[in-house]
Amino acid sequence: MTKKSYEVRQSEKISHDIEGYLKEQEHKSFLRFITCGSVDDGKSTLIGRLLYDSKLIFEDQLAALENDSKKVGTQGGDIDFALLVDGLAAEREQGITIDVAYRFFSTDKRKFIVADTPGHEQYTRNMATGASYADVAVILIDARKGILTQTRRHSYIVDLLGIRHAVVAINKMDLVDYSEDIFNSIEKDYRKFAENLNFSSITCVPMSALKGDNIMESSTSMNWYHGPSLMSLLEEMDVAENKAEQPFSMPVQWVNRPDLDFRGFSGTVASGTIRAGDEIIALPSAKTSKVKSIATYDGNLDFASADQAVTLTLEDEIDISRGDVISEIGHRPEVTDQFQAHVIWMDNSPLLPGRPYLIKTANKTISGKVNELKYKVNVNSLEHEAGKTLELNEVGVCNFSLDDDIVFEAYVKNSALGAFVMIDKISNRTVAAGMIDFGLRRATNIHWQAVDVDKSARATQKHQKPVVLWFTGLSASGKSTIANLVEKKLFLRGNHTYLLDGDNVRHGLNKDLGFVDVDRVENIRRVGEVAKLMVDAGLIVMTAFISPFRAERRMVRDMMGDHEFIEIFVDTPLELCEQRDPKGLYKKARSGEIKNFTGFDSPYEAPEQADIHLFTANMSAEEAADAVVAKIEAQYLA
Amino acid sequence: MTTLTHLQRLEAESIHIIREVAATCDNPVMLYSIGKDSSVMLHLAMKAFYPSKLPFPVMHVDTTWKFREMIAFREKFVAENNLDLIVHINQDGIDMGMGPFSHGSAVHTDVMKTQGLKQALDKYGFDAAFGGARRDEEKSRAKERIFSFRSAQHRWDPKNQRPELWNIYNNRIQKGESMRVFPLSNWTELDIWQYIHLENIPIVPLYFAKKRPVVERDGMLIMVDDDRMPLLDGEVPEMKMVRFRTLGCYPLTGAVESTALTLTDIIQEMLLTKTSERQGRAIDKDAHASMEQKKQEGYF
Repeated sequence: MTKKSYEVRQSEKISHDIEGYLKEQEHKSFLRFITCGSVDDGKSTLIGRLLYDSKLIFEDQLAALENDSKKVGTQGGDIDFALLVDGLAAEREQGITIDVAYRFFSTDKRKFIVADTPGHEQYTRNMATGASYADVAVILIDARKGILTQTRRHSYIVDLLGIRHAVVAINKMDLVDYSEDIFNSIEKDYRKFAENLNFSSITCVPMSALKGDNIMESSTSMNWYHGPSLMSLLEEMDVAENKAEQPFSMPVQWVNRPDLDFRGFSGTVASGTIRAGDEIIALPSAKTSKVKSIATYDGNLDFASADQAVTLTLEDEIDISRGDVISEIGHRPEVTDQFQAHVIWMDNSPLLPGRPYLIKTANKTISGKVNELKYKVNVNSLEHEAGKTLELNEVGVCNFSLDDDIVFEAYVKNSALGAFVMIDKISNRTVAAGMIDFGLRRATNIHWQAVDVDKSARATQKHQKPVVLWFTGLSASGKSTIANLVEKKLFLRGNHTYLLDGDNVRHGLNKDLGFVDVDRVENIRRVGEVAKLMVDAGLIVMTAFISPFRAERRMVRDMMGDHEFIEIFVDTPLELCEQRDPKGLYKKARSGEIKNFTGFDSPYEAPEQADIHLFTANMSAEEAADAVVAKIEAQYLA
Repeated sequence: MTTLTHLQRLEAESIHIIREVAATCDNPVMLYSIGKDSSVMLHLAMKAFYPSKLPFPVMHVDTTWKFREMIAFREKFVAENNLDLIVHINQDGIDMGMGPFSHGSAVHTDVMKTQGLKQALDKYGFDAAFGGARRDEEKSRAKERIFSFRSAQHRWDPKNQRPELWNIYNNRIQKGESMRVFPLSNWTELDIWQYIHLENIPIVPLYFAKKRPVVERDGMLIMVDDDRMPLLDGEVPEMKMVRFRTLGCYPLTGAVESTALTLTDIIQEMLLTKTSERQGRAIDKDAHASMEQKKQEGYF
């Protein structure tokens, strides 16, 4: 058997010529692949089988595996290979894979890292995690079931992430009597579906991971199949990307400055090759210089190519910092603060257009938001669908705008400069993966109109400091009543004021918006923009909006200058609000007549550190208004 | 253009990870266990920042039961490479007279290692700690992210890990929370040895075979490293040619009989041996999914 002779060959080599063996290992080629497909298609079993057959399972592990197989295995006392890779306690209990696991093995010809990824739809994000590192996708299909939604979803996602080589492993052939017809019909279906994808190669292999058919060696049960076994396919596959021949680019990760004499820019080369003496341009500043040296611990290099982590020193003292990109002069990446991108949503809370998120690219983290969800992609039909949000595991195409410029290239052209993740500003969770399609030009065409009479001139004329008094709280908590009293008191003092009231704004400016989360975010964004203009006009602005989400209140705070935003929490217990119920809204919410009512079926996120906290259960509206005026008097009204 | 070898790729990936932490974390630390993986990790860190010195300290959580040769090696290595070393010892444990013989391996490891580590992280307010763990070591490690989030209580939640795509790492945390960062995640044991060989990285002599005084206990060969080790009735230390595949507290680390005197001997022996690496450590045998549980509780 080949298996044994492989092992014997290796042992002999190791025993007699260890130096030669190590040299051989050092220069072995290397492949990263991912296994994906629907739950129960046999992914973990396949990897367990590959590890077992390539002798990567040691005796002590094998003993433990046999023991576990008897205890919790699903193969009736036979070895359950899936137990080898399902490492988390919850996975072993439930018999499913939850998170991506990385496994390592090698054969005569190649070294492999395989990402074993979950099949359940709810864990699609973990599958995308594994796919972002892989060169090849092995997509498993259960021969009894054919192509399922998860097969299409996973194929689409690995394609979107830029994997160009698909191996379609049609598994469990032993359960369909090794039928050639079934194999042919699944292959035909898959190729038809994949016409809309961009794979440069698709290879279909009939196999049984459980029985070992067409895994390491050609199966004797399927003489009608003349193609390679899965392993020989993976060993021979050419996935070279010629990244080193593309134009040079390197995101600057860290500025290396041990003393006044040395100033280096450290980073991992994203594409191309750089030599000492090459001319470069730093972006976004567009300053140019020449490479003086490529400094490493092992001495200066003559050249460095894609994927190498290096430190460049330059001939000229130009200002470069983390977030910048050094590139070849003739092929510079673009600079923009607006772009279109494909997004895979990975969080339980949906994407809210208008809400600011952190955008992290190769070397820069900035605030930005989705201005528009252009469409969602139906992973089954690949058709475009309209939508207002993206839910967990949905894919969409969005227009983004950022608070600052980034240097980028289209993901399909240079994945290192086109990839980003989105991070929720409050929970810090990674909520999405993004791939930039192209920059949007309008960013460069709209400029601020500078005016001669400015905010401080207008404010001085009014003898006050402009500020937004942002009242937040539940419906019927007393926001409008207190804000109204505050405005009266300020007006009588001779201050210049304006009150933006939730209900009033919804009759005009925001009458196109409803009460679902996306609309609530947009409602607050518009009010924030209006308040900002009024502050610019020198006014003291009161706003009375439920504004239930921390993120949007923070967004408005971030729009204003320092000390121009005062958050006032009108803290009234829900029961009290419901008792008051001046507009009868609570009654309607109770009866189900109104949906998405804050405090009931829509959340209210109380401020963690309000600038002014009004406990209205213990004070009258008049007292509350006085408290607000007293608090701002010294700083703003003088 | 030459294509990078497998090891060159791993090296570049690790350097990228180490630099990312230095560039984006406020107060990182590199944990140093004195073992071979730690030595490789430190070597990579020195490469990452050359010609600067390491922009963060190195910390050893000392249980006071390490092999004497480990401590001697540590002192020499730190001096030669101009590193800022923090040694932390859990004083509460010392006050309790903690030790593997008096309290058993589980309690000793928990107090001196796990609690000691948490204590040190809290004391210095580190927001990121590098560890030398590899994904090929153990099943729950195979599932762990490179940037692995820990709650303010230092807990790992395996069911709720952040997606981690490309080489873009989300290290955002709230005050009190922290990151464990594993730059060697994608290295295998063979890769580590091969890299030590190619780069001439110094390692503790205990990895090489030598005549050492050992007793056999519960199927493990335990080296009598100092006189704190109580000998049982009938136990007489024997001089045997042994070496260690992993290093830790001497009473908990089993030796293997070996004649491997050089690095290539070690590699050869490792490749021909059919026992996986962690079998030499008593701690993993305790319970099922034991490593996952320990990690959830804050063990590295």
